[in-house]
Amino acid sequence: MLEKAFTGSKSYFLWVAILLILIGMGFQFYLRQLALGLGITGMSRDVSWGLYIGQFTYLVGVAASAVMLVLPYYLHNYKVFGKITILGEFLAVAAVIMCITFVTVDLGQPSRVFNVMLYPTPNSILFWDIMVLSGYLFLNILIGWTVLGVEKRGAPPPKWIKPFIYLSIPWAISIHTVTAFLFAGLPGRGFWLTAIMAPRFLGSAFAAGPALLILICLFLRKYTKFDAGLEAIRALAKIVTYAMVASVFFVLCELFTVYYSQIPDHMYHFDYLFTGLHGHTGLVPLWWLCVALAVLSLVILIPPNTRNNPTTLAIGCAAVFFSLWMEKGIMLVVTGYIPSPLETITEYHPTIPEMGITLGVWALGFFILTILYKVALSVREQEIGEASH
Amino acid sequence: MSTRRRFLQIAGLSVLGLGVKPACDAMAAEPKVSAGPEALVGKRWAMVVDQKKCIKEEEGCKKCVDACHLTHNVPNIGNAKDDVKWIWQTTLEHAFPDSQNPVLEGYIKDSLKNRPLIVLCNHCDNPPCVRVCPVQATFRRPDGIVMMDYHRCIGCRFCMAACPYGARSLNWRDPRPFIKTETMNLEYPTRTRGVVEKCTFCFERLSKGLKPACVEACKEKCLIFGDLEDPKSEVSEILRKNPSIQRKPHLGTRPQVYYIL
Repeated sequence: MLEKAFTGSKSYFLWVAILLILIGMGFQFYLRQLALGLGITGMSRDVSWGLYIGQFTYLVGVAASAVMLVLPYYLHNYKVFGKITILGEFLAVAAVIMCITFVTVDLGQPSRVFNVMLYPTPNSILFWDIMVLSGYLFLNILIGWTVLGVEKRGAPPPKWIKPFIYLSIPWAISIHTVTAFLFAGLPGRGFWLTAIMAPRFLGSAFAAGPALLILICLFLRKYTKFDAGLEAIRALAKIVTYAMVASVFFVLCELFTVYYSQIPDHMYHFDYLFTGLHGHTGLVPLWWLCVALAVLSLVILIPPNTRNNPTTLAIGCAAVFFSLWMEKGIMLVVTGYIPSPLETITEYHPTIPEMGITLGVWALGFFILTILYKVALSVREQEIGEASH
Repeated sequence: MSTRRRFLQIAGLSVLGLGVKPACDAMAAEPKVSAGPEALVGKRWAMVVDQKKCIKEEEGCKKCVDACHLTHNVPNIGNAKDDVKWIWQTTLEHAFPDSQNPVLEGYIKDSLKNRPLIVLCNHCDNPPCVRVCPVQATFRRPDGIVMMDYHRCIGCRFCMAACPYGARSLNWRDPRPFIKTETMNLEYPTRTRGVVEKCTFCFERLSKGLKPACVEACKEKCLIFGDLEDPKSEVSEILRKNPSIQRKPHLGTRPQVYYIL
């Protein structure tokens, strides 16, 4: 089936070429990081995780969101999602590969990554995160590729794949829950030490992932022969809306606990986001932009007429995607380190090599996504072609 | 069909792998540093920082820091971002940031104001860094020393996120150019970039019957090291006679560096 990725329009090849150039550039920067060490990033003794782990955290959510298509389609037999379920699964594949790549580029000693397999450590959440991520990648490749393979021949999905599909539903929840536990179980990091971390992660995941999928579907509708159908897009939009409302609500719950309890260790981090701390205001503009985009997205998504209009829906989904990207992809990780355990403030500024590597990994993800979608959509087009004969 | 066969192949190989692992473990014998007959042996190593004595010290003294960093070839990078620190000076409000304690806020604080206070790894009884390490590169010895295996560490920095005392450093860049050749201690290894390091209570000196380098360097005896489980040890005696505090005891890490203020 992969051969279908080698045929396409000029703009398709141009897009692939741009992605390959970005991947190459990211790789060049990564070679420099390998030679010089993580010192070329903006991370420091005080802020020891940055952009890489942030992107990982955000993209785990995007990966988990595939369940929002798989669950209604397979569990509730919601036929409308039939055409796009595979897009969700392939989005999960691309997102998990990005996650694994981001974790790998974040390692100080990437050559030793297999130590994790050599010395399995069940008391480390990172061990479980690797287990659930690789399991989820395996499940989505297996399910997506099998379903597409039989579809190509016009046959229904084989029976043996069903248990894997059902397994993928709780598994999707697990990847984001375990990733939240990476942060939520640490003493002395007041910003992360909260039981609502995992629900918050799931809430934002089920908003950000489907929002990206809607944007992709709207794009494909306009520029290719593939049409997910307005009904499917509108159903997805409802999911994004509910998830975004839940996500904002969870953050408000957090703010209540932190500010009503008045425990300084927990307040300082939020103070840093809202107003800055001791004159350090590095993330204040980003935080307010994130809040503004979240509010804007709800204003657009809650009223049915703006939610159902493709143009305003696209704006709403973009607002969701970027708002949550700022929240999970940058602020959640960095703010946990500010102030430090000794209550000193070291701000974090990603460097150009760091941003180059980050962009390269995103390009890698979009490259994988493009190839997988090209194959999936070519199979669909072929079906439509055969049906009309 | 080919997908299913491929899956079975991979599944079979994975199961094989599970069987091979214990066999590899058995063959990979762990290198043991044999302690000499004169080695200091303890059941629960601990340190006391007697800040009252440190106050008597002349201004700008950092003999303990220098001794430790020279002994262990800790690089002097010279910028806060990439710094590697095993033991360092901070102030009371940074060492005990959460202590809105009248004792600290009151007369003791006045006498300590702006005086340097020594902080280092607390060698916790319940160390979060050990709990989170995905490769067991940091582990707790039976005598309580929280150890680092530089050769196993993958540089994920989860331990740095988990440590509530900021006691861990990553080698953000190659440390070797930042160690002066003339003062390098050839008996202790240097590190590579990308691994985490921290204070190890001088386990290598204990095995030779020597006290930690910082303790030895402090002629004023502000730093006292010994076995907490031995009631006759210097640390046990001084802790019996003086009220002491620990850093962030409410976190349940049970730190084993005690401060007398």
